[in-house]
Amino acid sequence: MTLLSVIACLVCLVPATAVAQPAIEWPDLTGVTLTVAAGAVGQELQLTKEAAAAFSELTGARVEVLETPDLATDRLGLYLQYLGARSPDIDVYQVDVIWPGILAEHAVDLFQYVPEEEIAQHFPATIANNTIDGRLVALPWFTDAGLLYYRADLLEKYGFSGPPATWEDLTEMARVIQEGERAAGNPSFWGFVWQGNRYEGLTCDALEWQVSFGGGTIIEPDGTISVNNPRTVEALKMARSWVGTISPPGVTTYAEEEARAIFQSGNAAFMRNWPYAYALAQAEDSPVRGKVGVAPLPSGGAGSAAALGGWSLMVSRYSRNQEAAAWLVRYLASYEEQKRRAIEGSFNPTIEALYDDADVLAASPFMGQLYDVFINAVPRPSAVAGERYNEVSTAYFTAVHQVLTGQVTAEQALTRLEAELRRIMR
Amino acid sequence: MPWGEMGIDRLEPVLVEAGRIERRAATTLGARQARLAWILLLPTLAVLVGVALYPLVTTFYNSLTDARLGSSRSVQFVGLENYRWLLTDPVFLEAVGNTLYFTVVSVSAELVLGLLIALVIHSQFPGRGLVRAAVLVPWAIPTVVSAQMWRWMYNDVFGVVNDLLMRVGLLDAPLAWTAVPGLAMHAIIAVDVWKTTPFMALLLLAGLQVIPRDLYEAARVDGASQMRQFFSITLPLLRPAMLVALIFRTLDALRVFDVIFVMTAGASGTESMATYNRRVLIEFQQLGYGSAVSVVIFFVIFVFVLLYVRLLRGNEA
Repeated sequence: MTLLSVIACLVCLVPATAVAQPAIEWPDLTGVTLTVAAGAVGQELQLTKEAAAAFSELTGARVEVLETPDLATDRLGLYLQYLGARSPDIDVYQVDVIWPGILAEHAVDLFQYVPEEEIAQHFPATIANNTIDGRLVALPWFTDAGLLYYRADLLEKYGFSGPPATWEDLTEMARVIQEGERAAGNPSFWGFVWQGNRYEGLTCDALEWQVSFGGGTIIEPDGTISVNNPRTVEALKMARSWVGTISPPGVTTYAEEEARAIFQSGNAAFMRNWPYAYALAQAEDSPVRGKVGVAPLPSGGAGSAAALGGWSLMVSRYSRNQEAAAWLVRYLASYEEQKRRAIEGSFNPTIEALYDDADVLAASPFMGQLYDVFINAVPRPSAVAGERYNEVSTAYFTAVHQVLTGQVTAEQALTRLEAELRRIMR
Repeated sequence: MPWGEMGIDRLEPVLVEAGRIERRAATTLGARQARLAWILLLPTLAVLVGVALYPLVTTFYNSLTDARLGSSRSVQFVGLENYRWLLTDPVFLEAVGNTLYFTVVSVSAELVLGLLIALVIHSQFPGRGLVRAAVLVPWAIPTVVSAQMWRWMYNDVFGVVNDLLMRVGLLDAPLAWTAVPGLAMHAIIAVDVWKTTPFMALLLLAGLQVIPRDLYEAARVDGASQMRQFFSITLPLLRPAMLVALIFRTLDALRVFDVIFVMTAGASGTESMATYNRRVLIEFQQLGYGSAVSVVIFFVIFVFVLLYVRLLRGNEA
C-alpha cells in the first residue's frame, strides 16, 4: 500500500460534507420584497432578522419578518387565514413538523428549486416527514427530539452507575431516589416528570413509550391503523402506574414548562423534555446547574425512541416571487446559517454534518452526544393522516389521557380509539 | 222618564258618523306613525340582519357542506350528513352533557349565594358602600386572568389551595384539582360561581330595591315573622328580577368557553359545547362540521330562551 493511498483512505474517513460546502452562487434579487412568517420564541425572532439582513446583503432582496403567535395552534389558525384567502402577502412560512400534511396544498414543491445534494444533507427522517405525495412541502430548519434528563449527582448518591437503559430501570431508580430524598427531608420530591396534559405534547410522549415497546406508530405509513395492540397496552399501563407513584398526580396537567419548573427547581430525579431545557437547566441561575445529564429515552424492549419535533420553511403557492422565496429558504436552511443558529441559539441543526462541526460541538456539547437520538427520531403519523392529523392526534392524546387519569383501562381506551380513528380516516 | 231613553234613536246616526270620522283619522295617523316607526327602526334592523341573521344563515348553510377552513378545495353539499355524524359523535354528546351539568350546578349555586349576598348588602349597616364595591371585585376581573390565577392556585405542587387545606388539616396529601376527572369539573364550577355570583347579587339587589317598604311595615303590623315576610313578600316580588338574572346567567353558562379553555382546555371530562366547537373549527379545520356544532348549540340555547320568555310572560299575566 502506497503512502498516497493511505492518505486517500484517511481522507475518506472524514465525513465528506464536513470538509467543504459547495459554494452557492446567489442570484441578484434587487427589487424583490419577501415576507417570512417566523416564530418569536426566545431568541428566534432576533436570529431570523439577522439572517434576513444577511440575505439582503447577498442578493439585494428586501426581506421582512412577520412575528407570529408563540402557541403552535394559534399560529396554524393565523396561517390558515392567509392561505385560505390565497394571500400573496406572505412568501415563506415557518411550519411545524406535523403540519406538512395539513398545509401541503398551499405549498410549492421544493424539489423543483433545491438541488438534490442540498436536500441530501438533511436528516432523511425530516425530509421524509416533509414529503407529501412525492412533493417536498418544506425544507427542514431545525429539529427536536424527546430526551431523558437526569440528575447525575443523585444517581451517584444512590449508587447507580449511569442513566437507565430500560423503563423498568427508570421506574425502579426513580422510586429509590424519591424515597431517599423524601426521607432526607424533601416531601415534594418526585421521581419522574413528563408531559401528561391532554395536548399535542402527550402525543409525543406516548408515541415514545409505545414505539419503545414495539407498539408501532398509531397509523402506519401505509395507512394501517395499528394502535390497538398488546404492546401499546403494556406501554400505557406502565405510564398509568407512574401517575401518583413516581410522578406527581398533577402530571396529567403538565406541559413542557410545568415539568421543567419541577426538575429545574431540584424536585425531580428524571424529566422527559426537548433539547431547549438543557441550556436553561445549565444556566447560571439554575439550582441544578452542573448536576444535569442528558441521555436517550429508555427502551421498553424494542429500543429507545424519541419523538421527532422541529420546524421547517415552506414557500407559499400564492407567493408572487416563488423562485426568490425558494432562494431565501435555501439560504435560511443552509449549512452556514444553521451553524450560526446552533452556536448562538442552540437550535439543533437538521444537517447531519453539523453534528461533527467542532465549533457547534464546542458551543453545545450535548448535540454531539445526541446524534443517534436525532437520526432515529420517530415522526408522528402526520404524513399519512394529512389534513386530518390534528383529529388523529386529538383522538390519540385524549384516549391516552383517559388511561392516565384512570377513566378507562388501556384495553378499553385503545379499542375505542381504533374505532374513532377508523371514523376519522374514513 | 230616564234621560237616557229619550232621543237615543235620534242621536244614533250622529254618533255613528262621528265614530267613522274618528276611525278614519286614526287610520291615517296610525299608518303615518307606523311608517315613521319602520323608518326609524330600519338602521337597527339593517344592523341586526348584518350581524345576526346573515352569520346565522351562513353558518346554517355551511353546516350542510363539507367545507374546510383555509382549504381551496371545492365545497360539496352533503345535506344532513354532518348532523348524522354529530348525533353519533361521543365527544360532542359528552360535551352537551358536561355543559348542561355545568349550567345547572353553577347557576343554582350562583342564585342561592347571590340572593344571600343581595339580602346582606340590601340591609343597613355601616360601611355598606365599601362592601357593595368589594363584592364586585371578582366580576371586574377578566375571566381569562382570573381563570389563569385560579389555575395556579389549584396547582398540585405549588398551589395555595392545597397548602391552605393541608394546614387546617382537611387534606392529608395534595390533590391535583384540575387533573382528576370529576374533581376538575367542580373546580371549574367553583371558579365560575366565585366570578359570577356578584353579577347575580347585583341584579337581585336592584330587584330588592324596588319592593315598597310599606309592605314590610304592614306585615310587621300584622305580626308576620321575618321568615314569613321573606317567603310571602320578598320572594314573590323578586321573581321578575330573578328571572332576568337567570336568563342572563343560563345563556352565559351554556356558552361557557374561557374559564374551561384556560383551566383544562376541555381535558378530564370538562369539554363544553363551545370548547369542542372551537376545537373542530380551528384545530380540525372542519368548517362544515363545526358549523353543524354551532347550529346545534344555537338550538339548545334557543330552547332555554323560549322557556324563560314563557315564564316571564306568565309572570306579567
